[in-house]
Amino acid sequence: MIIKQLSVFLENKTGRLNEVTQLLGNAGINMSAMSLADTSEFGILRMIASEPEKALSILKESEFSVRLTDVVCLNSPNEPGALARALNILSGEGVFIEYLYAYSMDNKTANIVLKPDNIQKCIEVLQAHKLELVSASDMYKI
Amino acid sequence: MIWNEKIECASRDEMRDIQSERLKETVTRIYHNVPSYRQKMQAVGLVPDDIKSVDDLSKLPFTLKTDLRDNYPFGLFTVPMSEIVRIHASSGTTGKPTVVGYTRKDLNNWAEMITRGLCMAGVHRDDIVQVAYGYGLFTGGLGMHYGCENLGASVIPISGGNTDKQLQLMQDFGTTVLACTPSYSLHLGEELAAKGIKKEDLKLRIGIFGAEPWTENMRKEIEASLGIKAIDIYGLSEIMGPGVSCECEHQAGMHIMEDHFIPEIIDPITLQPLPAGEVGELVFTTITKEGIPLIRYRTRDLTRLNYEKCACGRTLVRMEKCKGRSDDMLIIRGVNVFPSQIESVLLEMSETAPHYLLIVEREGNLDTLKLMVEVQEQFFSDEIRQLEALRKKIKNKLQSTLGISVDVKLVEPKTIERTAGKAKRVIDNRNL
Repeated sequence: MIIKQLSVFLENKTGRLNEVTQLLGNAGINMSAMSLADTSEFGILRMIASEPEKALSILKESEFSVRLTDVVCLNSPNEPGALARALNILSGEGVFIEYLYAYSMDNKTANIVLKPDNIQKCIEVLQAHKLELVSASDMYKI
Repeated sequence: MIWNEKIECASRDEMRDIQSERLKETVTRIYHNVPSYRQKMQAVGLVPDDIKSVDDLSKLPFTLKTDLRDNYPFGLFTVPMSEIVRIHASSGTTGKPTVVGYTRKDLNNWAEMITRGLCMAGVHRDDIVQVAYGYGLFTGGLGMHYGCENLGASVIPISGGNTDKQLQLMQDFGTTVLACTPSYSLHLGEELAAKGIKKEDLKLRIGIFGAEPWTENMRKEIEASLGIKAIDIYGLSEIMGPGVSCECEHQAGMHIMEDHFIPEIIDPITLQPLPAGEVGELVFTTITKEGIPLIRYRTRDLTRLNYEKCACGRTLVRMEKCKGRSDDMLIIRGVNVFPSQIESVLLEMSETAPHYLLIVEREGNLDTLKLMVEVQEQFFSDEIRQLEALRKKIKNKLQSTLGISVDVKLVEPKTIERTAGKAKRVIDNRNL
């Protein structure tokens, strides 16, 4: 259930994002989800890629500050109130969320990538409440 | 007015005799009281009796800032602590401050030097002097303070910062003389204009500015914005503090208090003395100081000397505005900053690589220091708040080490240029 997310440190400088996507594209690595967090000084690019380990070594070779971070992906019905229900459960059980990003490819379901403070507990809580988690292998394939 | 005409207008021969006499006494005292300097003299086969006049000065070994560090904190003092009545300190090259101690007599001499300087600038006892140099370990505030009191002027010991209050007191108290760093005076001038206060409504007439390098263009700007005569004062805490030299109303070089300090100009590469009039590194030998006398102290400031009698009547040798440094020290808002201090802070922290770039800018009239530092790959965090915390940690450490705030920017690894030779660590965009 644990998904390896790539996190890349990016200075606020034009062309750096291009370079990351170009490098992965050339290596035949696909990206299924991505989010770019920015501050006034720097940014962090987070993404789910088809081959996380390979992507990691490719970016490292090109001297990016990059690491793999454990995240989980919740598959939730694409309807009003669905995310609120899931988040209520998590906060009720004391799971703190560092960040999340979400995407939807149709009108049935949406995927929510979560970075909780305690990933094991998060998975247990979600499974105990019968919420659907996306497996890593499925996630990398998208 | 000339405060001490006998000294300030002495003939070159008279000054030479005073200096020779005091030099001999100083060398003897240091030889017997400071082991590290005695060893330096012994290494070149010198004993105090070899020094018979100022002509023998160049035989003596140099004293460097590192000597103060190596003997931290009080190792170079030549009197027992019971004789020391005040201690000042400035930032050192690698974290430890440079410490100086003053006896009662040193403080009296210092006050007189500043009084002489104030008189050179045209200040008199009816003046109200606003001392906006920092009071504290820095020599600027207290140094000016006692010099003004010694003259009999009224001192407003407001210290640095708090611009609104500076301007308020300047108006309410009718300040006639402002003492601060030149960049701060420009800042005050801007704030004055922003508040719609006319310079004609102030009573300011003289500014005594020092502790950082400034140009003739800055002088013109300051004089125009505040409606004053801007006088340059020079000093360094190792030698005394402000007042080692000061300009007179002719603004034609700073008169060095030669009866207390013998200046020399050397070639910073060959270390040989240069003839009068040539530009080189300024070296001082203190000849009256009791607390921490220093022989041939290399200031690293580049300037030249003019021994001609000044239009003001004084014969004290004049030094030009400093033209730069023979080391990599930066002066930011009056504070000495060495790139090596920043390096040692970064080395102490495991999260950062000692690869950095310092960018100095003058924004408006205030200097800013920006540090670009690489994030070590293993410490890169996926969480913004952790990276922000790291940035803050570096900022706080630098603030406590340097005493000034630094804008820290985290950059990607290997993005700061590596050079084969001496790394380029500093970009100074101030055009001083």
